[in-house]
Amino acid sequence: MVGPADMSGPMTPRIFRVASKRRETADTVTLAFDPLEGPQIELRPGQFDMLYAFGIGEVPISMSGMSEGSVLHTVRAVGAVTRAIYDAGEGDVFGMRGPYGNGWGLEDHPGADVLIVAGGIGLAPLRPAIEHVLAHRELHGKLSVLIGARSPELLIFQDDIARWQARLDAQVRVTIDVAPSEWRGAVGLVTELIPRVSFDPGRTVALVCGPEIMMRAVATDLMDLGVASDQIRISMERNMKCAIGHCGHCQFGPEFVCKDGPIFPYERVESLMRVREV
Amino acid sequence: MHRSFGRKEKKLPEAVIDLEGLQALLDSLTIRGYTVLGPTVRDGAIVYDEIAGVNDLPAGWTDEQDAATYRLTRRDDSALFGYAVGPHSWKKYLFPPQTLLWKARRSSGAFEVEEAAPQGGPYAFLGVRGCELAAIHIQDRVFLGEHPDPTYADRRSNAFIIAVNCSTPAGTCFCVSMGTGPRAGPGFDLSLTEILEGDRHAFTVDVGSERGEELLSALPHMPATTEDERSAEAVIERAAGAMGRSMDTDGIKELLYGNREHPRWDDVAQRCLSCTNCTLVCPTCFCSTVEDTTDLTGDNAERWRSWDSCFTLDFSELGGNNVRTTTRGRYRQWMTHKLASWIDQFDTSGCVGCGRCITWCPVGIDITEEVAAIRETQEGSRHGDT
Ligand SMILES: Cc1cc2nc3c(=O)[nH]c(=O)nc-3n(C[C@H](O)[C@H](O)[C@H](O)COP(=O)(O)OP(=O)(O)OC[C@H]3O[C@@H](n4cnc5c(N)ncnc54)[C@H](O)[C@@H]3O)c2cc1C
Ligand code: SF4
Ligand code: SF4
Repeated sequence: MVGPADMSGPMTPRIFRVASKRRETADTVTLAFDPLEGPQIELRPGQFDMLYAFGIGEVPISMSGMSEGSVLHTVRAVGAVTRAIYDAGEGDVFGMRGPYGNGWGLEDHPGADVLIVAGGIGLAPLRPAIEHVLAHRELHGKLSVLIGARSPELLIFQDDIARWQARLDAQVRVTIDVAPSEWRGAVGLVTELIPRVSFDPGRTVALVCGPEIMMRAVATDLMDLGVASDQIRISMERNMKCAIGHCGHCQFGPEFVCKDGPIFPYERVESLMRVREV
Repeated sequence: MHRSFGRKEKKLPEAVIDLEGLQALLDSLTIRGYTVLGPTVRDGAIVYDEIAGVNDLPAGWTDEQDAATYRLTRRDDSALFGYAVGPHSWKKYLFPPQTLLWKARRSSGAFEVEEAAPQGGPYAFLGVRGCELAAIHIQDRVFLGEHPDPTYADRRSNAFIIAVNCSTPAGTCFCVSMGTGPRAGPGFDLSLTEILEGDRHAFTVDVGSERGEELLSALPHMPATTEDERSAEAVIERAAGAMGRSMDTDGIKELLYGNREHPRWDDVAQRCLSCTNCTLVCPTCFCSTVEDTTDLTGDNAERWRSWDSCFTLDFSELGGNNVRTTTRGRYRQWMTHKLASWIDQFDTSGCVGCGRCITWCPVGIDITEEVAAIRETQEGSRHGDT
């Protein structure tokens, strides 16, 4: 009894095939997925899918782009499921259900300067937002993209970054925590890049994704510069078993990260971020 | 904001049935295809299980409950419902401890997923208390929202609910504080109040739905008299006055949100064993985990969902670490969720005042006492300040 998509239970995945694979770093790949049957999953930037590796488990993974009709997911191998996805080859199949979550909501800020700050794999869910702004340049103000990584070989989307850096209508800066001697770019934390780009704090929307401690540091610096806390959006991560607000695992204070987030205005979560173990 | 399930229009009970009528009620549910579930004595506790008839009910038993204490004792009458709630709740039927969600089979380079059709039921629940009916309504909000859970939705919509108004609250009960009892409703099909007067043993019957009405009309019953009504009201009134515990819920959301760093969390963490009992016995706790398995061939996979608890370390696993490593963090999460964030999430408290978590906590941690302690000693306390 394999029912059509709209009749099936909310925890039932559909089958997707890996159309292509690109290696990003030693532990990270980008896979393009197509459904075996039925429609493609349509995700807004910032939304995510639940990816199921046969018999192993299911994990939330953000959409990192669209390519020729395929959904892109960029996955860092850290455990059993992400390792299985990392090991996949073209033609392999996975279960997938989505879209989940709310998205970055850039459309709520027409004309605003857009400041994007990414740490590590946090660039994955921001990539489609960057591409969106670049594709609709006239709808937005200044675009700044600040990217931090622990070392040059951990930098994902290097081709994309080079392409973004070549644009005259975007300020794209990369920094490395600890750089080898041949690194010619900036060295230091991603927060140190903030003063190096120009944006109007009063009319800027900031999209931030990375480790919680980094997002807190970025938000604090931006607020000091005069960016309002409701104009700063951060993408939260919590354990998730269902993505539909049933399993309870992703609670962050009153929020269910899966359905109320994963993107939150900083204003809404600021007090929670200051308490340990929420 | 805090919805009250306990109040409803006071109206005349529609009918009165005797013990034979009660047996006839159970028989006609069985004939209609229901599996009849109700309270019965097992291993020293009153639990919910399949019952064949009135004889399976805990006649003449009552339960003495206090923090970390549960004991069955004899009553001096033959009441069938003369006790409060035990370790089980109806959640085990509507949201089973383990559910197969789907199976998958590898075939020619791909795999197929076959959804598990909802199984079990239809169920008739006999003896649903006010707090328990409220708990079912609370879980409805979790499982019947934007993404209805197939098993819950199927079992819930088919369940026939016979409430029984409480006559004998336990020492750990505080439904009056939570506005969920002792009068049950709304939301039942039929609601009974047990009347024991001298040699008389009867039940007044309130009708709450069309199918309840239809069932009642097929039973031997008498119209309820004004005296019957008075007797039933007296039972409920007595119960309301016999709560073993109470909780001041005034501004409770702000109280708990505003006291995330209160020293009382350290204090309770010294006592709490993180054993998960409170979450398992709680009729509203809904957290679950999933397990993906394969058989030995590796070609057949299954996904199972089972009850989980925010008191486990794994619950908050994140990136190889855990968000809540301390018992302090976990107890605070549980209680703050129950009494505060639940209100933001589902527009109702997550606590119905059934007292189970107090009774079944091995070290007797008492949610009403924890709230009171925080209230008394919070910064700028209403009660502490002048
Ligand atoms: C909304 C959302 C979106 C996400 N988007 C993405 C995405 O686009 N790309 C992506 O790669 N991930 C993303 N994640 C994170 C991803 O879901 C987790 O990495 C994944 O669930 C891990 O599952 P696993 O079974 O592979 O590892 P688990 O079995 O959960 O972990 C196994 C072991 O791996 C190790 N481990 C796990 N995480 C880490 C870590 N961060 N660092 C070091 N060691 C670790 C630990 O030893 C751990 O015990 C997202 C998470 C959320 C909530
Ligand atoms: S928190 Fe305790 S008293 Fe409240 S509903 Fe749950 S088990 Fe009952
Ligand atoms: S409060 Fe009591 S029942 Fe709950 S986890 Fe702690 S020790 Fe166990």
